[in-house]
Amino acid sequence: MDVITHTVDAKGQSCPGPLVALARALKDAQTGDLFELLATDPGSRSDVPSWADLSGNELLDAETLDDGSFRYVIRKVA
Amino acid sequence: MATTEAEIPTTSLADLLQRVEALEAEQRRQIKKKNKLAIIAWGGSLDQIWPTTILATTAAASGMEASVFFTFWGLFAIVKPGVRITGENWMQKMMSVMNPGSAQKAKLSRYHFAGVGPAMFKKLADDHQVAKPEELISLANDLGVRLIPCQMTMDLLGLKREDLIDGLEEPIGAATAIAEMRDAAISLFI
Repeated sequence: MDVITHTVDAKGQSCPGPLVALARALKDAQTGDLFELLATDPGSRSDVPSWADLSGNELLDAETLDDGSFRYVIRKVA
Repeated sequence: MATTEAEIPTTSLADLLQRVEALEAEQRRQIKKKNKLAIIAWGGSLDQIWPTTILATTAAASGMEASVFFTFWGLFAIVKPGVRITGENWMQKMMSVMNPGSAQKAKLSRYHFAGVGPAMFKKLADDHQVAKPEELISLANDLGVRLIPCQMTMDLLGLKREDLIDGLEEPIGAATAIAEMRDAAISLFI
């Protein structure tokens, strides 16, 4: 089941806002759930992969949208 | 050419067992680092307490264990916002007047400009939606970061448990702080 079931909108938030918002959303989710994280913080481009590495969750996709914001797809593993 | 056979040392079973035992004991003494961040929050200024709380919350959000040990000036950052003068004697009272409690009142170590500096910083933080230290402290609490005051400094500065914010662990001493750092993969003094 590769359907994104959770969207975390952290647009406008700075470090560590997006990660904390993501971690909180993950807490109540099932292992294997797919998340979409929306952010505008340029720091998230390096921070989200680092966070995935640290936390053991899987970063499936990272893209810059047309409006210059960022979208990440994460699978909850840990 | 004569070949001399190498003599095989005769090691008794008891000797071998002894060696294995010694190795096992050695292994038990080895320190196993945990996936953990331990911070000593010594500084109470805004530009110290801010990174302290950002790093602690980020570690917790990344699935790491995290603990913050508040000592010296760092303790004033976890004084309850309403609490003004603390301490029992004039020295402790003077100290509390010079170091207004709570993270909200933390001063900048540079460019303080009688409070204009922190106000500007916080305005910028609002504009950029950066959480403020006091918000990060309560966030840290929610995320399971262990916030631990230093007993000795509390006594020295005349700070009582009831002067400090809620959600803290029981005060500890230096040895426990060292133990916290010893098994943490990352330990910082800020």
